[in-house]
Amino acid sequence: MTTPERTEVLTGVRVRGLTVAGVPSGAPIVDSVDLDVRPGEILGLVGESGSGKTTLGLALLAYYKRGTQLAGGSVAINGVDLAGAAVRRMRGDAVAYIPQSPASALNPALRIRTQLGECGGDDARVREVLREVALPDTDVFLRRYPHQLSGGQQQRVAIAMAFLGRPDLIVLDEPTTGLDVTTQKHVLETVRKMCATYSCAAVYITHDMAVVAELTDRIAVMYSGRVVETGPARTVLRSPQHPYTARLLMAVPDLDGRREIRGIPGHAPSPVRRPAGCAFAPRCPLVVDRCRDEVPALEDGVRCFRAGVSRFEVVERVEVPVVSADAALEVRGLSAWYGSHQVLEDISLSVPRGQCVALLGESGSGKTTLARAIAGLHPRHGGEVVLGGESLPPSGLRRTPLQRRRIQYVFQNPYESLNPRKTVRELVLAPARVLLGKVPDGLVEDALSQAALSPELASRYPDQLSGGERQRVAIARALAAQPEVLVCDEVTSALDVSVQAAIVELIAGLRERKGLTLLFVTHDIALVRTVAQHVAVLEHGRIVERGPVAEVLAAPEHPYTQALMADTPRFDTSRFSQ
Amino acid sequence: MVRLAVKRLVFGALILWAVSVVVFLATAALPGDTAQAILGREATPERLAALRLELHLDDPLVSQYFSWLGGLLTFDPGRSLVNGLPVAEFVGPRIVNSLVLMLTAAVVSTPLAMFLGTWSAVRRDRAADHVTAVVTLVLAALPEFVVGITLVIVFATGPLRLLPAVYVGTGQVTFVDLVLPALTLVLAVGPYIVRMMRATMIEVLESEYVQQARLKGLPERTVLLRHAVPNAVGPVAQVVALQLAWLAGGVVVVEFLFRYPGIGYALVDAVNNRDLPVVQALALLIAALYIVVNLLADLVSLVANPRVRTAIR
Amino acid sequence: MTAAVAPASLLRTAARTGRTRVGLVLVALVVLTALLGPLVAPHDPTDFVGVPFGRDSLFGADNLGRDVLSRFLHGGQLLLVLSIAATVVGVGVGTALGMVAGYRGGWRDELIMRIGDVVLAFPQVVLALLFVSIAGPKVWLLVTVVGLSHAPRVARIMRDATLMVVERDFVKAAEVTGTRRLRIMTGEILPNVTGPLMVELGLRLTYSIGLIAALSFLGLGLQPPTADWGLMINENRIALTVQPWAVVLPVVAIAVLTIGTNLVTDGLARASAGLGRGVER
Repeated sequence: MTTPERTEVLTGVRVRGLTVAGVPSGAPIVDSVDLDVRPGEILGLVGESGSGKTTLGLALLAYYKRGTQLAGGSVAINGVDLAGAAVRRMRGDAVAYIPQSPASALNPALRIRTQLGECGGDDARVREVLREVALPDTDVFLRRYPHQLSGGQQQRVAIAMAFLGRPDLIVLDEPTTGLDVTTQKHVLETVRKMCATYSCAAVYITHDMAVVAELTDRIAVMYSGRVVETGPARTVLRSPQHPYTARLLMAVPDLDGRREIRGIPGHAPSPVRRPAGCAFAPRCPLVVDRCRDEVPALEDGVRCFRAGVSRFEVVERVEVPVVSADAALEVRGLSAWYGSHQVLEDISLSVPRGQCVALLGESGSGKTTLARAIAGLHPRHGGEVVLGGESLPPSGLRRTPLQRRRIQYVFQNPYESLNPRKTVRELVLAPARVLLGKVPDGLVEDALSQAALSPELASRYPDQLSGGERQRVAIARALAAQPEVLVCDEVTSALDVSVQAAIVELIAGLRERKGLTLLFVTHDIALVRTVAQHVAVLEHGRIVERGPVAEVLAAPEHPYTQALMADTPRFDTSRFSQ
Repeated sequence: MVRLAVKRLVFGALILWAVSVVVFLATAALPGDTAQAILGREATPERLAALRLELHLDDPLVSQYFSWLGGLLTFDPGRSLVNGLPVAEFVGPRIVNSLVLMLTAAVVSTPLAMFLGTWSAVRRDRAADHVTAVVTLVLAALPEFVVGITLVIVFATGPLRLLPAVYVGTGQVTFVDLVLPALTLVLAVGPYIVRMMRATMIEVLESEYVQQARLKGLPERTVLLRHAVPNAVGPVAQVVALQLAWLAGGVVVVEFLFRYPGIGYALVDAVNNRDLPVVQALALLIAALYIVVNLLADLVSLVANPRVRTAIR
Repeated sequence: MTAAVAPASLLRTAARTGRTRVGLVLVALVVLTALLGPLVAPHDPTDFVGVPFGRDSLFGADNLGRDVLSRFLHGGQLLLVLSIAATVVGVGVGTALGMVAGYRGGWRDELIMRIGDVVLAFPQVVLALLFVSIAGPKVWLLVTVVGLSHAPRVARIMRDATLMVVERDFVKAAEVTGTRRLRIMTGEILPNVTGPLMVELGLRLTYSIGLIAALSFLGLGLQPPTADWGLMINENRIALTVQPWAVVLPVVAIAVLTIGTNLVTDGLARASAGLGRGVER
């Protein structure tokens, strides 16, 4: 490694040619990355799952998880090379890390005081930092164990821990995952304030474009282990030069409803199967032969032979007036329990035929329980579920095959909802076999094509499919039963933004073409606008607000809906265009 | 936490009661004439009748069970059919001998195995880890009498006649008598603890809180001793308990092999002699021992878990 | 989490590691000895061919003057058959109960697990001794008792494995269409617990061999004059210094067999865990 060199001025973080490879394959998970972060600057490191952003973030602290190793390049912080013996001394002091989930990153067996005390600094310093992150600095608080804190508090403790040693570089790995939007907003504010106070260089790793737009000064976009575009946040968001960046931005849901979303076909390759040439080439609309043979270099902040050809196009969204229709599905006075704990209280809801109702709520609001009660998966409920004028028994087992057929359910996580031991054909056929009696010819092919899947996939196993393809198979399985109502439970939350957009397009198209009635359960208020005509907002097991989407989002009445609207980070392109 | 502990205790007592029913049924209610089985084919009708009377074999099963249970609760489980001694008097000193053997094995094996497991996890995938893995796999596979006989062949016969092959005393146990039986038990239970400790430590060492501790720049020693080991001890305590409880059964074969004067050897003897009251009492005793050790382990892991500990405040 | 893989592919994956191959070879060695031994044995196992502990033949004579080699070659078959039978009984019953407990829950779960707790309170060898004490060492009783003493241990493992599968949404997806419960257990759950099931089979086989051999060693398993490895050790260990072969041969055979089955089991466990975690290939 290079010898440490010191310069007088603080140069921040300088990364050159950083490559991290998998063991034993040797495939680069992070491939020749160059980055610069100045003191006081927040760099947003954006990428979808598998892009190598977390591996890169840890490599900035010279930490390599098991199964990965440094394969080349260097990281220097204020001129000091982060290598060899210097690392241990610099960690926690010059460099610090804020993890994705503080619940698992705080040691469950140690008190907060012990865990903060280890980061250097005396008792007074610990209390000072606690106050800075808006936590109590009392002995009572310091004596607590991590499990006695809320999710937001745990994340603040993790932030305090990182800033205790006054680091020069801080790496934040999606630190707001799993927090509700209001807590997320507060945590982001704290991060911004702390970075400014300590004027440290920060790298904020995320997949969320809206957070990046609100928080960061500069952006580096990663795709399949490489930085494909980097530059000032405003510039990149306003006029992305790389086709991937442009398409990614077009896939982000627009809370203000001025723009349609568009997915990116295909899926990102794993490091082991990365194609020669540009990794995005197979999905790129602008691809030319050269892209397939040669890896473009990062020039002027873009890694693309056709840089600048692509534009971020705003597809204007046309507001379709909501027409009235009779209710295909009605819920009357539904209450549900887990043991003695009531999770839903007197829910009434009407889903008009051929339209989509979004059920919006954060984790713990009871939205999934409601969806499951409607599908007959949560029999412990009171009240009525009425389908086409016919009241359904609470338990799916007591419903007739016809009743079961008419409501189909698509699960949140396609990695869990498909039996890994069955082929796609068997999976799609299973409900049809039970529910239709006689299986019509070509049912599988028909269902697959409706879900925009090639019939060749029929003989594959779920392991051989990407996340997006799996979710399409789950949708095809539901369609094969020829339902009237499709209940979609957070169907995109396990998927990347670019894939989410494509699935949302598919579901919206099914409603328009086939007149399918949809109940779309989601936690993402920005998605509601894109997919639904009506929205019902669920908080602590009660519906606090409902109505046509355009009206509710334009003028929310309930404080909870207002808070959701105010605290959700916006990816508002118009802000950058001036 | 106290409520949880009381619940476990009550549960343990219930299991013990159910165990007594099983012991009774297995010996008294299986098809076949118990008296005939005890005395053999040659027995005269008079002797059979006398034995039936002594063991109340002609009474209904339920009343047989309750008179037996009553005897147990008053510490009078009857007399041995072989030597006529009261069972309690016969079993007493043997319990002490067996407990000494089990405790010796437990005290030696537990810390040693936990240390080896931790060391192996820290050296993961290096030569030391591979050697430990193979050795523990081999030892875990071997039935304890195979381990014991091998030890006898190595240490008590041939050129190295360091230790006695079998116990030849009259009831008093000395250190020399203890070495080979205890070593056999250590080699029988140790490998499981080593493997469990290694697996748990590897899981803990890969956890995010250990990653975070390393990213704080803590020395590896602190990471290991303060952040990793305490979180591994809880899950491993369960396995340790299971293994120590296993000792209660392990002593049977090992004591027989070394003719060690404990409850295990006595049980095998009693079964061979069809000494019904002794078999019943010893089987129940060993099961009780097993339950108590498991109960203790439950309580230890309750106390070790900060979530449970803080729940009462 | 454990992998959802076909048993055959699990074995193939396991067989890629050196340890598993060694294990397979060891098992094959002993199994061949036990199966082909009776065909090549020079004498009948119960024939008296010399003076007790005599040294006329290759490995000499045993405590009653029977040929040690012949008794050794005859002595493995029954042990193998009984062990496999007990394993099949134990793992079969345990898997069925564990899956019902895990999938159905409620009172069935409570009942199965609490009965299991009672059986678990007995060390396996003590339970076996208890049952043979009055009924006598009959072969069917040995298989049943050893098998049933495995059952609650297997049931616990399979219940945990089932619970992990039941939580997954594909089971709910089958339920929501109204698929029958038995069909869900056999079609959705069972194929996804083959990993732990295979591991249990291997583990319980190892323990069955040890336990049945130990019972014979205690004189409470197979009875004289049967040629059996455990019994041979018991009969001849008093003369260990004079005639070691009569003890060493069966001890080595049992050791090699159990080490072999355990190495294979370990390979299966690692293959199953590795596949589940999606280890880089």
